[in-house]
Amino acid sequence: MSTHANPALLDVSEVSKSFGSVEVLRSVSLQVTRGEVVTVIGPSGSGKTTLLRCVNFLESYDSGSIRIDGKEVGFRETGTRQRRSERDLAAMRAETGMVFQSFNLFPHLTAAGNIMLGLRKVRGKSSAEARQIAEHWLGRVGLAHKADSLPAELSGGQQQRVGIARAVAMEPKILLLDEITSALDPELVGEVLEVVRSLAEDGMTMLMVTHEMAFARDASSRIVFMADGGISAAGPPAEILGTEIDNERLRSFLARFRASHF
Amino acid sequence: MGYTLNFNLIWRNFDKLWGGLLLSLELAVISIAIGIAIGLLLAVWYVSAGRVVRAGIAAYVEFIRNVPLILLVYLVFYGLPTVVDIAYSAQISFIATLSLYSGAYLVEVFRSGLEAVPRGQIDAGKAIGLTPWQRLVHVRLPTMLRITLPALSNTFISLFKDTSIASVISVPELTYGAQWINFNTFRIVEVYLVVTAMYLFTGYALLYALRLVERRFRAAH
Repeated sequence: MSTHANPALLDVSEVSKSFGSVEVLRSVSLQVTRGEVVTVIGPSGSGKTTLLRCVNFLESYDSGSIRIDGKEVGFRETGTRQRRSERDLAAMRAETGMVFQSFNLFPHLTAAGNIMLGLRKVRGKSSAEARQIAEHWLGRVGLAHKADSLPAELSGGQQQRVGIARAVAMEPKILLLDEITSALDPELVGEVLEVVRSLAEDGMTMLMVTHEMAFARDASSRIVFMADGGISAAGPPAEILGTEIDNERLRSFLARFRASHF
Repeated sequence: MGYTLNFNLIWRNFDKLWGGLLLSLELAVISIAIGIAIGLLLAVWYVSAGRVVRAGIAAYVEFIRNVPLILLVYLVFYGLPTVVDIAYSAQISFIATLSLYSGAYLVEVFRSGLEAVPRGQIDAGKAIGLTPWQRLVHVRLPTMLRITLPALSNTFISLFKDTSIASVISVPELTYGAQWINFNTFRIVEVYLVVTAMYLFTGYALLYALRLVERRFRAAH
């Protein structure tokens, strides 16, 4: 396969980041091609969430580069490493969608209103048009009847589905999912994963952090295992989650994981 | 009992009290409106500014909070026009004073409200591509207002009571009306009983109305 025919949509290259003296990302490199679903797994504190938050520059990083569609995300493409203006950053972030662990819906806006805000203010759509798009996506996540409900009136699973609809309605090039089922009651996890699965079938490019191993195995094109801020192993699900893997850290992570989840 | 209550003279001059009450409300409403503008502006400026601006805003807040209101009223009405060449009516002077006064308290209210907006909501605003200004207007301010509404109501009720201080510079609000009737009829007990009831009733009515508004807003939270 030629790299020109199928260039990486997301190209993370040797990204490092420290919080004070703690190195949270150590020269992380990762490529995601269009239509791929890449899952990041690993113990807590391994840098998964930080990596995801660097992709849309909710966090800055100290060195390396992150490119989406060939365009550097957080820094100007001049010789010196200079942070983009807030206006440019906002425009760049509009190209990625993000779904959060704690949903983070805007509490003063209805389900439809949450989706419409970005469409109107960032995409410049009319109110009617934005409403139409919001209703379309609410339908896709099974919440057409909740368009005018406030977040406080929705269950966690419903809120998270609105969160997904809010992100995908912007037609992002890549969707970032940050442990989106971790804050949900177990019986609500399925409805949210179902939505993600259907987006994957539609060819949405996704980078997700999850602890749902069964889901990661079924839905991912590739799994990346992070430990201590670096990528320790990467490959197709069958390989990474299989028993043959020759990686002591991954083996012990999976063993501990299985022990605590089954 | 050697003193017989006689309210006749109060009712005969009730227009002084009624007009005074309306003026008190007017002073409170105008002052809180300007105070909210000052408070919002400075709070937003404070959270996004450097150390010098922060120190300046903090100095304003500390000055106002540590000087008695009546002194501020004297300073603005008698003090300021003697050192700089400006002239204004007692009423304008009092509105300016009360606005600066409420503004100082509201800076603190709004500042802590802005800081209480959950980080995740701001992240969500960033993630959909809102600019800092759009995040402020569409995400931070609406949530901040919900958080600060009870404090805002309390400030308004306080301001309504504080308007009584305008009587010291002869602004014909409710307390001034009471003094006028007292001087002209010597019915001191009756007039202050009636005025106390008027402050109480109006204060409660305002509180009740504001709590209703708060409840409507809280439903959205």
